[in-house]
Amino acid sequence: MITRIVKTKTITETVAEFCVKANYELPKDVVGKIKEAKIREKSELGKYCFEQIMHNLRIAKLKKIPICQDTGMVVVFVEVGQNVHITGGKLVDAINKGVRLGYKKGYLRSSIVDDPIFARKNTGDNTPAVIHTNITSGSKIKITIVPKGFGSENMSRLTVLKPTDGAEGVRKFVVDTVRQAGANPCPPIIVGVGVGGTIEKAAILSKRALIRTLNKSNSNAKIASLEKQILVEINKLDIGPQGFGGDITALGVNIETYPTHIAGLPVAVNIGCYVSRHASVTL
Amino acid sequence: MKKEKRLDTPLTEKVRRNLRAGDRVLINGTIYTARDMAHKRLVEVIKKEGKLPFDLRNQIIYYTGPTPAKEGEIIGSCGPTTSSRMDKYTPTLLESGLGGVVGKGQRSVGVISALRKYRSVYFAAIGGAGALLSIKVKSAKLVTYEDLGCEAIYKLEVKDFPVVVAIDIYGRSVYGRDSKHR
Repeated sequence: MITRIVKTKTITETVAEFCVKANYELPKDVVGKIKEAKIREKSELGKYCFEQIMHNLRIAKLKKIPICQDTGMVVVFVEVGQNVHITGGKLVDAINKGVRLGYKKGYLRSSIVDDPIFARKNTGDNTPAVIHTNITSGSKIKITIVPKGFGSENMSRLTVLKPTDGAEGVRKFVVDTVRQAGANPCPPIIVGVGVGGTIEKAAILSKRALIRTLNKSNSNAKIASLEKQILVEINKLDIGPQGFGGDITALGVNIETYPTHIAGLPVAVNIGCYVSRHASVTL
Repeated sequence: MKKEKRLDTPLTEKVRRNLRAGDRVLINGTIYTARDMAHKRLVEVIKKEGKLPFDLRNQIIYYTGPTPAKEGEIIGSCGPTTSSRMDKYTPTLLESGLGGVVGKGQRSVGVISALRKYRSVYFAAIGGAGALLSIKVKSAKLVTYEDLGCEAIYKLEVKDFPVVVAIDIYGRSVYGRDSKHR
């Protein structure tokens, strides 16, 4: 077996580049869903919102202005193949250095405070990132950059249902979370749901669900059906684009699951706005 | 669809009276940026000194914390932030004569009744449309609280800055399925 060497310098440069890219241009599946929704929306103000939203995306891409001023806290998913050997320093330092460089180079906002409870002093370079590292097979590194805005993060919720609550309990909790969020998370939203595992597992799954492509349902038919059912119900809430009322409250509902304990049913709902920024790269 | 109304600042009561929840408006003139920390300080000043550090009568406050401006540019991306975080400070500012505020999302019952009482208007800008809104800003001048960085108070001159009247002086709201304008 050959060990592949990846330098931390390469990781830093990649993270920097993709922090900028993610903030200037949305993924194709998200733009596709916004365009579909624009056609389906019937309310006047809703149509107006979609016009403005599309106009904004064009300006951001063309003039290289961040799509939204909340350029987020950076969540980084790193899948490291177990045949990879990282040289030149610590992986975590390399990623944070990349965030620091990218946010400076891309004129992105620094929104991170060091001590969350007391001082709340801005770190000035948007670090640290929230980093989730997984060891996988192979000899590659996959890096996914998710600049997560807090208008929508603030409206996210986590609970542990009773095992007997089942699909009905999950459906109700997700819909209630979206109803309570109302106009605040900048609808149309994307709803990431993590079900199972332990509380932290459910939360991480919900973030992964949020960045899963909007063009595919869960591969499990029952879960796929639940995703569709919840989406239909959310769009009946009449929250609508920006909360002005209308047909489109959400662009998609993605559910990811994991086995859990006989005594519990953790459910995490991570709400994302339509500016669903994420970019992946494999080294 | 009805045409957008053009509006020039200052936002006098006469102008405010003619605005209805659901109206699309293009703001022309001056608006001031302020978000969480600036609100906290402004309200502290009012409580201590009985008045604001600068005159906000018939003026508009915009809840935003822009991205840094590139060299040669006026301002960075500058969309609205969630208004509800300012709810506990807004009534005090309205009482001091503030004409209107621009943000996004629902307001508390307290803010809605203060909007009625002081005949002020709550506008919503499109959340996430920071690039589009940035090109409507023609100048940006620091007013105070420079230490707050992107949360400092800036005086912006805007041209055709697009917003929707979210709550009018009569307390009618664009939020919620019972809204009468729909």
